[in-house]
Amino acid sequence: MKGAPFHRRKETKLVLRYLMAAFLVVIFVFPIYWLFAISFKTPGEIFAFPPVWYPKSIQFNNYAVLFKDGDAKTVGNSLVLSSVSTFFAMIFGTIAAYSLARFKTGGENLGVWIISQRMMPPVAIAFPIFLFYVWLGWVDTYIGLIILYTAFSLPYVIWMMRGYIEEIPLELEESALIDGCNRWEVLWKVVFPMARSGLFATAVFTFVFSWNDFLFALVLTRTEVTTYTVQVTHYFGGQSNFWSKIAAMSVLGTIPVFITVATLQRYLVRGISMGAVKG
Amino acid sequence: MAAIAHPDRNFKYWLILPAVFLLLLVGLFPLIFSLVVSFMRVTMLETDTSFAGLVNYVQLFHDARLWQSLLHTLLIMVIALPIELLLGLAMAYLFLDRMPGRQLLVSLLVLPTIISPIVAGATWRLLFDNRYGPINQIIGWFAGHPVPALWTVNPGLVYPAIIFCEIWQWTPFMFLILLAALSNVDRSLTEAAEIDGARFWRSFRYVVLPAIFPVMSIAILIRGLDLFRIFDIIWALTAGGPGTMTETISVYTYVQGFKQFESSYTAAIAFLVIALLTVIVTWAIRRMGLAK
Repeated sequence: MKGAPFHRRKETKLVLRYLMAAFLVVIFVFPIYWLFAISFKTPGEIFAFPPVWYPKSIQFNNYAVLFKDGDAKTVGNSLVLSSVSTFFAMIFGTIAAYSLARFKTGGENLGVWIISQRMMPPVAIAFPIFLFYVWLGWVDTYIGLIILYTAFSLPYVIWMMRGYIEEIPLELEESALIDGCNRWEVLWKVVFPMARSGLFATAVFTFVFSWNDFLFALVLTRTEVTTYTVQVTHYFGGQSNFWSKIAAMSVLGTIPVFITVATLQRYLVRGISMGAVKG
Repeated sequence: MAAIAHPDRNFKYWLILPAVFLLLLVGLFPLIFSLVVSFMRVTMLETDTSFAGLVNYVQLFHDARLWQSLLHTLLIMVIALPIELLLGLAMAYLFLDRMPGRQLLVSLLVLPTIISPIVAGATWRLLFDNRYGPINQIIGWFAGHPVPALWTVNPGLVYPAIIFCEIWQWTPFMFLILLAALSNVDRSLTEAAEIDGARFWRSFRYVVLPAIFPVMSIAILIRGLDLFRIFDIIWALTAGGPGTMTETISVYTYVQGFKQFESSYTAAIAFLVIALLTVIVTWAIRRMGLAK
């Protein structure tokens, strides 16, 4: 390659990069493709040997079964639990973050304590919470899981929103105070609108984290508020004839996440890195 | 400045009250509750609330299955975490320079990270199926004969299966964060294309690595903690089997609490885990200066 003109080398390099990129995309996307493909296959295609690489025709029978049996209702449960808990976590978390960011409430210790709550392994917390919920009668209820998801989202919301709020210029809040707003009005009229994009991005990730939860739902639901993640595992036990249900239910639970994240690409990095990188 | 910094006395506490109340309600209160239980002999079938002293904590030290599950957890961690980090870094370099369609390619690569881990596990369970799954089929093409490997049952293959799935789901996470971190480094230092190998490695070692280190260590911390509590993927792929071969600490805690109904003992395990993590996390946070 020594004598090749500089731009030629650059072009070869680009082609090489595309080849590697294409290879990676195939590796990382193929499992998801396979999941979607199975959800559209007929039983004959699912259990063909050697495997059929794509469904001959798109048919929605596997989904229809889920709706007919009422299993699809678990996606609705996930939706209610995740959205209500996200709503409360955003309100309580943002005002707490404001307090931490502007007034240094509790010093650094409170901030560290809050973030350390998120680092605890859910299973270590799940058992105590289960005992506690049995005592309260909150097992398999919306309120129980909503409170749990809200509390579990709070450290993330507080951590992220503190970063966003610190970026708002202090002068805006001061002039609002001078103009006669009280403290709460400053929050609603200045801080929330200024942090709007941060609020939006944080809310989506909070929603996705609750949406993807499995362990708490497994421990704390029975029949009434089963989430889609738990429902997917209900099909594991039986023989392979439940494959179509596993795939279709997984796809139902995955599409909402894909759509939300697709609309929020520019916040992706900061959202999943807990603000470690300002995206 | 003065007006903002000196609020009406209680305002700042009102703001933080609901969040702290909720964290105490489902964070601290159940912990205290189970701390009490861990000193009793409660099982789900028998409610012997008499004080049993340290019986459960002593039992921890004699519980071979517990320490094995910790070992399994560490095994998965020490293999998966470095691979995710190095692969993620290599991928970040690949996508660092502009190329048409980069945005789309990156978004496609990130998909595994945002799906639910239980769905990821379920997906790989289907992929790994010995007869109808595509993985054995593809291996068979290369081997020249059908390969009926039982990925989720064969003791020699279960760990590779779990680690494949884990790496597939979380390498994009490392990739995305490292890509962002590298993008913030001076471009002339990261342009591998323009400089020769030796100079590239030197600039990486002495300039780029220190620059991305803070972000990288947070990513390692987040992933390390996630790996320590790995549950969903294993539950979906092997459920801890064959036997207890892939039982991690989270799976074992779950089994003790919700299958064996050993309430008091499970509470003791939970405290062991919390104690271990508290020590590690506190050390890591101070070490990395995360507390500012």
